[in-house]
Amino acid sequence: MAILIVLFAVMTLLSSVFFTERNLQNLVMQTSVIAVLAVGQLLVIVTRGIDISVGSILGLSTITGGLAFGTAWGGSAVATILIMAGTGLAVGAVNGIAYVYGRMPNPLIITLATLGIARGLALIISGGDSVVGMPGLVVDLGSGLVGPVPWAGVFLLVVAGAASFLTRQTQWGAWIYAVGGNPEAAARVGMPVRRVLVSVYCLSGVCAGLAAVLVAGRTDSGFPQAGQLSELDAIAAVIIGGASILGGRGTVSGAVVGAFIIGTIRNGLNLLDVDPNWQLVTVGVVVALAVELDVIRAALERRFQAVQAGRGSAGASA
Amino acid sequence: MSAPFVLEARGVVKYFGAVCALDGAQLQLADGEILALLGDNGAGKSTLIKCLTGVHRPDAGEIRVDGARLTMKSAADARAAGIETVYQDLALFDNLSPTQNFFAGREQVSGARLLGRLAVLRKRSMHAETLVALDRLGVRIPQDAATVGLMSGGQRQGIAVARAAAFAGRVVILDEPTAALGLRESRAVLDIVKRLPEQGISVILISHNLDHVTEVADRAVVMRRGRVVGEAVPSDETHEQLVGLIVNG
Repeated sequence: MAILIVLFAVMTLLSSVFFTERNLQNLVMQTSVIAVLAVGQLLVIVTRGIDISVGSILGLSTITGGLAFGTAWGGSAVATILIMAGTGLAVGAVNGIAYVYGRMPNPLIITLATLGIARGLALIISGGDSVVGMPGLVVDLGSGLVGPVPWAGVFLLVVAGAASFLTRQTQWGAWIYAVGGNPEAAARVGMPVRRVLVSVYCLSGVCAGLAAVLVAGRTDSGFPQAGQLSELDAIAAVIIGGASILGGRGTVSGAVVGAFIIGTIRNGLNLLDVDPNWQLVTVGVVVALAVELDVIRAALERRFQAVQAGRGSAGASA
Repeated sequence: MSAPFVLEARGVVKYFGAVCALDGAQLQLADGEILALLGDNGAGKSTLIKCLTGVHRPDAGEIRVDGARLTMKSAADARAAGIETVYQDLALFDNLSPTQNFFAGREQVSGARLLGRLAVLRKRSMHAETLVALDRLGVRIPQDAATVGLMSGGQRQGIAVARAAAFAGRVVILDEPTAALGLRESRAVLDIVKRLPEQGISVILISHNLDHVTEVADRAVVMRRGRVVGEAVPSDETHEQLVGLIVNG
């Protein structure tokens, strides 16, 4: 959070445009997409997993939603949103079921596979062209305002609020942290480890589908390249937000703050007229640094634990 | 007619391939007793414990709980019968708080019928119960420690033992509870173990440390080559006898 405030201060000094109502609205609209993806990614990372297919799921969902809107049975806004979320759920379920019941050694390869599959399907179904036209509600969610606040920000608050409640207050939430912290012990105390794992990949997919609603709404269209490389932003947001790639640790609010840090960096580099390709480089460097910091933190914690134990037994002779 | 034993193994045989790990092992645990299980490495202690806790299924012989024969298919069956095990490798969640560890897998929730796995946690109630359970056994943990990963080995073991005691109706089995601990920490854990019978819990203690056994156990049985080869009330006088049984059978 402190980092975010410093970033805001620095950007305000560097660019006269940054702290204007219009740019901040724009920032919230862009960042809400990253943040919704990050919320889903957080659930996966808490269980020691990773889901790199979310960008492709986002792209595919904008296409299925857009095409459904053009037909009689998918004509309503609610149906379009449900179809986008459902597309995410379907791909997420494939990820989770293949990983867990296919006994794959890690989730990286299966989500790499669906990264390719979902993007390929998006291009095939759409014929490579964008699908123009989204329901009014979707357009409002992506680009509308309530007073000065973008609907996308409200949408994000609802998604993040729900996820925060689920992770902090429910039994399922307790289990995802337990499974991420010590999978063997979780199985030993009788938690349904496999079903917990499948559930987080499903929800990550749903979040990608919901992020697709915002992207499609902002552009009033579905396009097969939507969300390309946004998995990088989502993972970066989660790790910067204090989650551990080693599992068992991280909060929804942290992931949202992390998303705003990434979003502010991207927005700031845009305003400063930096070549957009450098944004990718910057986010990549930030991810690498954040992961290394996480590893160092874990090592320091182990040392602290050893010191604690040493102090405990040293006190015996006193 | 005396009361039936809380937990009893009768003629338990267990083979792993051609290797005979248990060769007709007998064990009786009386109500409120702290029983030490001694033996050299490979004597069959761990295998016997795993048969008693449903991890292994005996090839022959039977397990009885409160006098009634019990066939266990999994560790969950043993837990349901009131038998909890504290393993050497702890099985705590380092990333979670003492309370979350305490109730892991059996969280107290509201609205389970309506919400299933999304039922809401009763955090305050669980926290209060954890403090009571820890206090009852004299387990002291730092107030400010958020996760057990930041606690010392003794504190962690204290939480593991207290968790087992809180959920075991009948028996807690401790596998080398002091093996990885320093002097004062072992002391604290032994004090906790001594208090378990007050709560109506019988204890089986596996340990290599005869001093610890002498201090807390009412009775010690010695295993060798898959059989129980002798027993004694552990004391300074029987120390030599027990060592002899462990080494020579």
